[in-house]
Amino acid sequence: MPASTKSKGAKFNLDTLTHQEYKSIAQKHEPKRSTFKNCVLAFLIGGGICLLGEAIQRGFMSWFGMSVTEAGSPTVAVLIIISVILTSIGVYDKIAQVAGAGTAVPVTGFANSMCSAALEHKSEGYVLGVGGNMFKLAGSVIVFGTVAAFFVGLVYAILGLDGVQQP
Amino acid sequence: MQFFWAFVIGGLICVIGQIMLDVFKLTPAHTMSTLVVAGAVAEGFGLYDPLVEFAGAGASVPITSFGSSLVHGALSELERDGWIGIVTGIFEVTSAGISAAIIFSFLAALLVRPRG
Repeated sequence: MPASTKSKGAKFNLDTLTHQEYKSIAQKHEPKRSTFKNCVLAFLIGGGICLLGEAIQRGFMSWFGMSVTEAGSPTVAVLIIISVILTSIGVYDKIAQVAGAGTAVPVTGFANSMCSAALEHKSEGYVLGVGGNMFKLAGSVIVFGTVAAFFVGLVYAILGLDGVQQP
Repeated sequence: MQFFWAFVIGGLICVIGQIMLDVFKLTPAHTMSTLVVAGAVAEGFGLYDPLVEFAGAGASVPITSFGSSLVHGALSELERDGWIGIVTGIFEVTSAGISAAIIFSFLAALLVRPRG
């Protein structure tokens, strides 16, 4: 292996490049994206996904005569189906590059992380690849959500609170 | 009017997530986990249900509602069945979302050829 790179204008010797130097070079070439612009895009696209959810929920309520709480689960399921389809055809990831948290925070991002992990590891087989990796990214959300919910329930039980008021 | 608030509140929750990513330099997994725990705690204090009533899908579509639904299920079964309800009830409400995500992701893996 030659000690220096062949690319034009490379001033650094790759073999002696320290971690610090690498970081400073990488930072220089990182595309600059302002936090403000990211937030505006996240707001617009994230808000748009919620708007779509609201429209679907209204649809279930008016066509099937469901109540707000009854319509919640089918609405989430429809959004997940849409997200899985868009992930499968590669569109969701293109939107996600622009939207950042705008596509990650809604429940569609949860489905996207599961679907893309399943697709990515398909080559390793259905049991070890798809089954074993599906929750690779989404798993932490479920673990921390479940543990947090358990402790909130425990606090309610110990304090003798009545639990949630039934709708 | 609910459509407007769904857009604004849903968008704002996403902005909170974006700020956690950009300003506090958290990984996406840390951001999502924090938001879920925040939703669970908010539900514990009884704050999330009023938000859903106010903003509709703006509050029920972001991942924070996943945490709130976990607590909601645990607390409603705690009330009905006693202590064991905390464990049996956690996935009561979110079952649809998790099942749908597993089933359709698996079907997608069956049908779709992964792209390089």
